[in-house]
Amino acid sequence: METEKKKRVFRCDINGDECKGCGRCVIACPKHVLSMGTKLNKMSAPYAVYAGSGCIGCGGCFYSCPEPGAITIVEEVQD
Amino acid sequence: MKRTNKILLKGNEAVVYGALLAGCECYFGYPITPASEIAHTAARLFPKLGRIFIQAECEIASINMVLGASAAGRRAMTASSGLGISLKQEGVSYIAGSELPAVIIDVMRGGPGLGNIAPEQADYNQIVKGGGHGSYKCIVLAPGSVQEMCDLTVLAFDLADKYRTPVYVLTDGMIGQMMEKLELPEPKGRRPLPEWALNRECPKANCIASIYLDTGDLEKVNIRLNKKYDEIKKNEQRAEEYHMEDAEYAFVAYGISSRMARTAVDELRSEGMKIGLIRPQTLFPFPADALNRAVDRGVKEFFCVEMSNGQMIDDVKLSIECRRPVTLINRMGGNVPSVEEIIQAVKAKLGVK
Amino acid sequence: MADVVKFAKPAGFFDTFVRRPGPIKKNMHYCPGCGHGILHKLIAEAMADFKIKDHTVLIAPVGCAVFAYYYFDCYGVSSPHGRAPAIATAISRTNPDDVVISYQGDGDLASIGFNHILQAANRGENMTVFFVNNAIYGMTGGQMAPTTLPGQVTQTSPWGRSVEETGYPIKVCEMISQFEAPVYVERCALSTVPNIMKARNAVRKAIQNSMNKKGFSLVEFLSGCPVNLKMNAEQMNAFLNEKMTKFFPLGVYKDVADERAPVHHPVPTFDREKVIETLYPQAFDHAVEDNFRYKSPVFQKECKVKISGFGGQGVLSLGHVMAVMGKLRNFNVSWLPSYGPEMRGGTANCSVVFSHKHVGSPQADYNCDLMICMNQPSVDKFLGQLSPKGVLVYDASTISNPPTGPEQTVYGIRASDIAAEMGNQKMANSVILGAVIQMMQECLMNEDEKDDLDRAVEAALNESFASKPELAA
Repeated sequence: METEKKKRVFRCDINGDECKGCGRCVIACPKHVLSMGTKLNKMSAPYAVYAGSGCIGCGGCFYSCPEPGAITIVEEVQD
Repeated sequence: MKRTNKILLKGNEAVVYGALLAGCECYFGYPITPASEIAHTAARLFPKLGRIFIQAECEIASINMVLGASAAGRRAMTASSGLGISLKQEGVSYIAGSELPAVIIDVMRGGPGLGNIAPEQADYNQIVKGGGHGSYKCIVLAPGSVQEMCDLTVLAFDLADKYRTPVYVLTDGMIGQMMEKLELPEPKGRRPLPEWALNRECPKANCIASIYLDTGDLEKVNIRLNKKYDEIKKNEQRAEEYHMEDAEYAFVAYGISSRMARTAVDELRSEGMKIGLIRPQTLFPFPADALNRAVDRGVKEFFCVEMSNGQMIDDVKLSIECRRPVTLINRMGGNVPSVEEIIQAVKAKLGVK
Repeated sequence: MADVVKFAKPAGFFDTFVRRPGPIKKNMHYCPGCGHGILHKLIAEAMADFKIKDHTVLIAPVGCAVFAYYYFDCYGVSSPHGRAPAIATAISRTNPDDVVISYQGDGDLASIGFNHILQAANRGENMTVFFVNNAIYGMTGGQMAPTTLPGQVTQTSPWGRSVEETGYPIKVCEMISQFEAPVYVERCALSTVPNIMKARNAVRKAIQNSMNKKGFSLVEFLSGCPVNLKMNAEQMNAFLNEKMTKFFPLGVYKDVADERAPVHHPVPTFDREKVIETLYPQAFDHAVEDNFRYKSPVFQKECKVKISGFGGQGVLSLGHVMAVMGKLRNFNVSWLPSYGPEMRGGTANCSVVFSHKHVGSPQADYNCDLMICMNQPSVDKFLGQLSPKGVLVYDASTISNPPTGPEQTVYGIRASDIAAEMGNQKMANSVILGAVIQMMQECLMNEDEKDDLDRAVEAALNESFASKPELAA
């Protein structure tokens, strides 16, 4: 029986060139680790950026995002 | 039980027999006089062979069901009369634009508007010239008998597949309602699935659409379609010639009008007039070659017999480039020109007593 | 350290959107924040998870989702505006093992194509409908939709939707769920994460219903159109959750999939023997050889017969029996009825033409060889069409002294009276048939062909009633 929960580490990878900057992920994130950046992508749209840490891998941003591949959530697993 | 292929059928019934023998899998339609026997017969016979009959909620639904079934790779048909066909035109344009095969039967009745249910031939322009939006044409077959109601329906399915285009069988209330003896053709098996079909047996992710936002792309599509129509004009003209070998005059008539004109030929010939009949079996493509051959062989004048306000006569004149006079003999409103009327009109024009 | 992908572009999408024109091949064409994208992802994910990509057909509507087939790695077809349920019906019936998804917007489904969705739902077609309700026409530039909220400003309701003039938003789930046939109807909102996750479940449930052939499922999605409504993400979610749900309450409106048996589809047959058995008529023993011809001179030319009377007297049946006789004796024959409303309680007539050659005009409207009149108006109307040397047979029970010409042959038969005496006035047509046969045998036929005519009548009667053609009079 597992008694001690291992701390899991997630990461939100944002493909800036596929983001249209609607901001839906920003308000979907319960941990407030996403924000709208100030740079423009290839489509000349602003795009969301991940704070670098704090993602809990809930997928809320992924399902809120209308673009197919703008957001990927990965879990960083120790070998 | 012994079976025979000789049968007495209404024209409308013969269409369904032809369709089933051609391997048609789906019938979608909405009742309308004088085409309803097609739906009645389909409702009775399609399910007996496990094939699909749906009485759709409206004409628009039925043509779109044809679109769907055809996209799925199945032989499908619908039938109606003029005003119902008017409603289907949107779908027909989509089918033509999506390059899908489809067979549509139009049993013409009197118009415009609600008109009446008597036979007319006044859907000629809407069917032969395109009908819906966009630069497209449909192959149009014009049966002149109950036998041809069956045979041309079979042909319609083959041509629809060959050219991936909607094909009309353009007929009228009188041929639809009348019974004649006919010989049923051999049954055909299931048409193999075309490679473009929306079916798991076909290459994955097939897609059928008629939208091309890029103007260059859409022009290319139109050019390709029109090449196809030129090909159809070259290959598919059909006409029956009756006593044309030595004819000095010729009737041009299709469908039920041609039956009256044929009897008029017999009667005028018995009085010594060298007159014949060219009966278009295809209206698109219009049998221009037969008409021009007639001109070359010495026909001096044409008489176009139709139950509309001079709709086919335009194609007669254009086909022969107005090299010979063409006289219109017509009735409208659901009246069929009688043999006597036709004979009198010819005699009056030629100054013969 | 290794990365394990938890959420990524669903495999129900093409990797690269090659069908999309222009340089952008990884993004969809929707505006930033559009609900279509959210729903597309849920569908693509379900298609991949359920492994149905190779047998799913998605019908793209007219509206913003018109290009849906650019993106989904399944079969796609583009529908005319509002007609998707009709197309879906046909595909579902012809490919009964496929998953058929009709993807529609509010103008498409609830306005121009409303009848189609209601009828497909009512038929219980095995299909899944995803209905995107964003309260506005997006693609055409922000006009009023059937689901636009009261007071909502659009291009075509510039002072706000007036319920006095344009009515109230149409409640699709409420309507569809009233039908008997549909198995699953739910309304969701593509707004905040909890609502999106409910929508995800609904998408999966509806698709599973189709996979299990449970019939008709419809899921409505309240969906954001932030560009047309000029809202940011937060305002958009608030509009969906607070304003729209007031008119369009979220929830399950119907869910009876578990109680329903799978939809049954027949299997088409193309077996030659079966088709022939179904379509080819029985060959009766009384047929004659193909080269048989009556030799009596009356048959050497085309014969035109006109039969007329009151609707219900069996005028068309009488003509039909004669036509069958002609067919059985190798004539080319045509039978042409009057038809339509006049047949229902008015006058009826038919023309029968026999010929050993091609039958020209099927209309017996001049020079008729035989005319049968079963009521006075028929005499008045048609006698002039009888040939000067033709034969008139009439029902003398109701018609007196028809004004025939000197060379015409006239037989008055008290057909209705005789039929009444035999117990059924409706048999007057049979009496007339008997009289016509008698007349032909006595006056027109060779000695050795008389018996054959009797046999032909008997055979024709058998065949005519065996096949039970639809005869209105």
